[in-house]
Amino acid sequence: MNIIVSLLLLAALFFFTAGLIGILRFPDFYSRLHPAGKLDALGVLLGMTALGLYNFNDFSLGTLINGFKILLIVVFVFLASPTATHAIVDAGVRAGLTPWVKGDERR
Amino acid sequence: MDNVFLFSSVYLALLMILSLYRGIFGPTVADRMIGVNAIGSKTTVVLILIGLMYHRLDMFVDIALAYALLNFIAVLAASRYFQKCKGLYDES
Repeated sequence: MNIIVSLLLLAALFFFTAGLIGILRFPDFYSRLHPAGKLDALGVLLGMTALGLYNFNDFSLGTLINGFKILLIVVFVFLASPTATHAIVDAGVRAGLTPWVKGDERR
Repeated sequence: MDNVFLFSSVYLALLMILSLYRGIFGPTVADRMIGVNAIGSKTTVVLILIGLMYHRLDMFVDIALAYALLNFIAVLAASRYFQKCKGLYDES
């Protein structure tokens, strides 16, 4: 049980690190949204799965309610993260930010 | 198992400090919103980790749920506000 939880948590940390590298290193605003929108949602899913599994070490009504709330957080993040990403990119398009093309300087 | 949770949360705090770089030095306002959104989605995991370390998960899971809602509302309101203003153009 502990090994599975540790491996899932390690995978979540790996995906958060990859998303951070993408946010810091990509050249443009639109390309920075790509790791920020995807990898954070995947990291939250893996981390919450690990912590919810560890939560069920001692089974009772309280841990069942906690697991249900953790599941609720995951469902909400999977609904809210694409919506927030779409709102940010919509604001960028309406303000007239031009996308980065090959040969431009990095912004 | 407490050590695993402790080191994971310290590492996540380090990632938050690094993604604050995009929040401070981002060339446009939208880049700053990306950095703040990334910090908020890491904070929900850190709150659950703190709850498991202190054996008070029943309290901290509510705080994490409320923080996820608040992060979503904040990013949505900021993006709806800044698309009406002219602040999204390049500042440099």
